Amino acid sequence: MKLFLSLLFRNRLAGFGAVVLGIVVLAVLATPFLPLPDPNATDTAQKFLRPGTAGHLLGTDHLGRDLLSRLLWGTRLSLAVGVAAAVMAALGGSAVGLIAGYVGGRTDNIIMRGVDMLMAFPYILLALAIVAALGPGLLNALIAVAVVNIPFFARNIRGIVVGLAHREFVEAARLSGMSHIRIMLSEILPNVVPVIVIAMSTTVGWMILETAGLSFLGLGSQPPTADLGSMLGEARAALITAPHTALVPGAMIFLIVMSINLLGDGVRDALDPRLRSGALSRPMAAALVRRNGPVPEASDDLLALQDLHTEFHAGKRVLRAVSGVSLAVKPGECLGVIGESGSGKSVTALSVMGLVASPPGVITGGAARFKGQDMIGADFETLRRLRGDRIAYIFQDPLATLHPLYKVGRQMAEAIQVHHQIGNAEARARALDLFRQVRIPNPESRLDSYPHELSGGMRQRVGIAMALANDPDVIIADEPTTALDVTVQAQILSLLDDLRRERGLAIVFITHDFGVVAQLCDRVAVMYAGRIVEEGPTMAVLEAPAHPYTRRLIACVPELGGGRRELAAIPGLPPAVDALPPGCAFAPRCDKAQEACRAGDIALEGASPRRVRCIFPEEAIA
Amino acid sequence: MGRYILRRLISAIPVLLGITVIVFAIMSLIPGDPATAILGAYATPENVARINRDLGLDQPAIQRYFIWLGNMLTGEFGRSYSLNRPVLDEILDRFGATLILAGTAFVLCAVLGVLAGVISASRQYGWADKAITFAVIIGISIPSFFLGMLMILIFAVRLKWLPVSGMYAIYGGGGLGDLLTHLIMPAFALAVVATGVVAWLSRGAMLEVLRQDYIRTARAKGVPERRVLMGHALRAAMVSIIPVLGLQAGFVLSGAVYIETVFQWPGIGRMLVDAILKRDLLLVQGGVVFVAAIYVLFNIAVDVAQSMLDPRIKT
Repeated sequence: MKLFLSLLFRNRLAGFGAVVLGIVVLAVLATPFLPLPDPNATDTAQKFLRPGTAGHLLGTDHLGRDLLSRLLWGTRLSLAVGVAAAVMAALGGSAVGLIAGYVGGRTDNIIMRGVDMLMAFPYILLALAIVAALGPGLLNALIAVAVVNIPFFARNIRGIVVGLAHREFVEAARLSGMSHIRIMLSEILPNVVPVIVIAMSTTVGWMILETAGLSFLGLGSQPPTADLGSMLGEARAALITAPHTALVPGAMIFLIVMSINLLGDGVRDALDPRLRSGALSRPMAAALVRRNGPVPEASDDLLALQDLHTEFHAGKRVLRAVSGVSLAVKPGECLGVIGESGSGKSVTALSVMGLVASPPGVITGGAARFKGQDMIGADFETLRRLRGDRIAYIFQDPLATLHPLYKVGRQMAEAIQVHHQIGNAEARARALDLFRQVRIPNPESRLDSYPHELSGGMRQRVGIAMALANDPDVIIADEPTTALDVTVQAQILSLLDDLRRERGLAIVFITHDFGVVAQLCDRVAVMYAGRIVEEGPTMAVLEAPAHPYTRRLIACVPELGGGRRELAAIPGLPPAVDALPPGCAFAPRCDKAQEACRAGDIALEGASPRRVRCIFPEEAIA
Repeated sequence: MGRYILRRLISAIPVLLGITVIVFAIMSLIPGDPATAILGAYATPENVARINRDLGLDQPAIQRYFIWLGNMLTGEFGRSYSLNRPVLDEILDRFGATLILAGTAFVLCAVLGVLAGVISASRQYGWADKAITFAVIIGISIPSFFLGMLMILIFAVRLKWLPVSGMYAIYGGGGLGDLLTHLIMPAFALAVVATGVVAWLSRGAMLEVLRQDYIRTARAKGVPERRVLMGHALRAAMVSIIPVLGLQAGFVLSGAVYIETVFQWPGIGRMLVDAILKRDLLLVQGGVVFVAAIYVLFNIAVDVAQSMLDPRIKT
């Protein structure tokens, strides 16, 4: 709703711009037909009349000329000159860009070098040089402003033409014997016209401003003709005694430029699908919490998720990423959470510490308790103190999750220093020690490396070392080995396993790979469409999967030396979580599905720890 | 780093040469006899003969270019006929004033713009964001020369807080305090548009960065939010903000031409406008080349700053 209001606010501004611009354009078009005094008729007896004087609505200037009349005629001239400059720049720039992009090779190189040179000037210097050479005057100012803006168009258009020049339809035209000029005009030009128009609409405001500026300096329109700029320039002499002569044209330039800017912005935003989907929102420090149901009672687990619900609100769509997940770990225990992409396993993990991107994420129910304390309702400072200190994360893809501009040693030290008051040297020593623990070779020199200088395996070790920095009680590892090759993956897994045994660390291990689960986890929970469909001790689940989905998932794992077993992909895709079918979400892909499966909610049944959410389980569970 | 700076300086040579070629080409557009055009009202036969000799104006264009280039490289920018003094002396005298004005405005736009962008992004859709957005819309739409006049009306004429114009008071002026009171209005008027642009692009850059995974990592580590914003996020956003600042330097230099005219600031921008109105073409030519060269060097400094900030750029 907030997002919607903001979009409306924006659109209202764009609408305001359109209305103002429309009024100005209409007034200017009607000017020759309005009963206005001659804008150049001087009457020095009537000079500097204040606005509101009878017969002179906006007053008169230093020569007693009617300001309203001069304003409208001046606006007319300014708009015409600005638009003309924009058209000239667009034509010239597009021609240059079209030729450079189409011909390519040396021609392109030389032309674009020239364009770069032109762009090396602060724009007004070039305009001033041109006006200096051609002499002051409105036409020369127009030429100067147009020329100065040619590089901008040339660059934009060339970029697009280069992409088009070798497309099939152009090749076909060439093979059919069309001349180059015809190909450029009839095949390529129509494809770049929209870009030219957009570029024009974004620059026309500037051009009006720039030509007005040159006139203001006395280099544009010459007396007695006046555009808005020269009106303002002439008013400067009497600024203190008759400020209205300056305010009138100045406010008009401001209105025109602002309405063009607003309109252009609004149109661009409206065309940008990212804005509508809310993808341009920044995530807040902690996920939004809007709990609907009661908060579940505390349990005696180290970490317990209780009936957790997390949703994503994108416009009117509500994606139920996690609906009613309960999980728990004890010290020294490793719990695997497994499922396909989109099953909600990562969102579950991120919800624990309020790290779900929000907006659009909202935690709508349940609790996440650490040693009995609920973290979902907790204030931010409590949450922050636990983050990375008692509960640490290891993320997938450490190239994206490590800060690219900080040395890894510094990122390590920071992880410690935000929770412990220690000096830099001590933090560095501790970081070095952690690097040794995760078996990073040459740890000393690695501390001063940037993430992009390390290999994928090394980066992942840095991620693990960082998670271990404060000797946490729980580590939540979100697919930490997915991006790595098999041997590195095995090393990392055994490293985590050792740490768990040595430190009594509890691990929640999120993966889509049953092979990894078998290696590391005591227990496993299988997720599908935001819910747990089966859970139990790892061996029990692996040997006798009860849910059809689990069985199919296990069948996806190739077994070394397992003979010529057929790898069975699961047909179909996981359902979209904004349109979940009633009953079992897996039913549409399940070959055993029956009427009852689609009827209504199916409970997670069985005695803890072994439970399944299926009416027709593959195996009877005790 | 030293080698990188050197390499960038060497790569600027063709750009600087290109600038001289372009300026020379534009000046060749002057219709009619160049000597008469350059001298304008001062075209006495002696002066014409002298300038033809000095600049080789009777020679073909290519030779004329090299004579001009050679002269400039030896610090000989020619003589201003309207001021009757060497062009380079006049430029150097004026440049200090422009540097003070444009430099102050640039620092203002960089600091205020980035700050506003950070605040706006961290309070996205909140009232602070809306207020800043509103200010940005006004700021980038108001012509700086009109804004300057408004400021004079309000702060100098109505409130009498600040002097109307000039760089120092005419009677008993001088000193830093006097300079500062004269500097405040023109510097702000000059900075406003650039501040708006910087704020807007900084906001976008921050929003982009705040969605990145490494920001989530920082938060997962328990880094305090202020430090996430002003440290992790801003540092990364600066990589895309710095090139924008480089561009803004060009806009600030351009805007200085207007602001110096409005506030009677004795800088190089006003010198150029006066020179054009007096048809003192050698002064225009020299001033344009000089300022463009400074701008190129400034952009090298921007590139160097960028490479110091981002270790991924190969130096």
